[in-house]
Amino acid sequence: MTARRDWPLYEVFVRGKRGLNHVHVGSLHAPDDEMAVHAARDLYTRRNEGVSIWVVRAAHITASSPDEKDPMFAPSGDKVYRHPTFYDLPEDVPHM
Amino acid sequence: MTAPTAPPAVPDETAVPDQTAVLDETALQQHFDATIAAGHRVEPRDWMPEGYRKTLVRQIAQHAHSEIIGMQPEGDWLLAAPSLRRKAVLLAKVQDEAGHGMYLYSAAETLGVDRADLTDKLIEGRQKYSSIFNYPTLSYADVGVIGWLVDGAAICNQVPLCRSSYGPYARAMIRICKEESFHQRQGYELLLTMMGGTDAQRAMVQDAVDRWWWPSLMMFGPPDTDSPNSAQSMAWGIKRHSNDELRQRFVDMSVPQAQALGVTLPDPDLSWDADAGHWRFGPVDWDELKRVISGGGPCNAERIARRRAARDGNAWVTEAASAYAAKHAAEHAGEHA
Repeated sequence: MTARRDWPLYEVFVRGKRGLNHVHVGSLHAPDDEMAVHAARDLYTRRNEGVSIWVVRAAHITASSPDEKDPMFAPSGDKVYRHPTFYDLPEDVPHM
Repeated sequence: MTAPTAPPAVPDETAVPDQTAVLDETALQQHFDATIAAGHRVEPRDWMPEGYRKTLVRQIAQHAHSEIIGMQPEGDWLLAAPSLRRKAVLLAKVQDEAGHGMYLYSAAETLGVDRADLTDKLIEGRQKYSSIFNYPTLSYADVGVIGWLVDGAAICNQVPLCRSSYGPYARAMIRICKEESFHQRQGYELLLTMMGGTDAQRAMVQDAVDRWWWPSLMMFGPPDTDSPNSAQSMAWGIKRHSNDELRQRFVDMSVPQAQALGVTLPDPDLSWDADAGHWRFGPVDWDELKRVISGGGPCNAERIARRRAARDGNAWVTEAASAYAAKHAAEHAGEHA
């Protein structure tokens, strides 16, 4: 099992059907990209859960800080005028 | 910046412990407590108390091991299935158990452990798996009863875990629960078919029910009065119901199913409590549970020996795959040279 320990971790994304985004479903270990796709097929689409699979090495993902209260997202917090509900209009204006 | 499944950053041990660090720890704990109290999910790189992480690793690993070891009792019947249809169904079910184990090892790895290490711990007896898989499958009726009762009990346990406070665990449970329904229904259908057969077939079903009923009740773990970890796990939202609550729910679900099937559950004390709206059941043999968990069940040694043989005997496959990947990577590099 020594070989297995060296296999990189891949994150797996599956497109449920045409027209939908690929969605993260889990992870697996594989010796290379191609075998990761095959393993993902066997593990995550045993019941027609997908029509397309992406795998990406976990080490290649760059992510924001995990904390949802991170100041990174603060700039959008106070811009309520970006939402349609910010604007009061007469109720009898059609199609708005 | 690290990948989403990388272990959360641990405090730098070389840093001088000052008042700020202590305050930070308190603030982190308060933030964690508020997340749990609000019913929000904890995600892999969030700060979490060490006890929470350890409890999750223990529970998820034990759960993953149970799925993997759980392939064995039914796998024993793959080459002796009574028809091609039953064989295809059983093969699909055993494959699902492997898949469930993989989903769970994947969730455990988000907590900073390595799945190969977890397997080693299982084989060395340092981590446990469900006591139920230490009983033998003596006839094909056992395949049906495992689907009905053992997977039924697993569903009772697992549906609330879809709301577990740890995100990756809850998401793995959602996938698993979707697939468990097939497991339970194929088992019950198998039993219905046998009950519609000969007297000998009906006797096989009853015999299997007699042997699996009490071990199924033990799957929910020791009684609440003797379950030291339960209170903390519930406070953390890792568990949502106590062992005894889930056991009662399982009995209430199973009695009418047994009646519809036409089998007798092996408990003379089983009676309907109209006031409470529950089926009351007799005393569970907790000594048996302790004995089986601590290695004294009929099949403990066999199950672990087989898992060890699979790890060691299949090592050449992973080595071959690594060699193949290395060769193709070298060829690919050559093309671009």
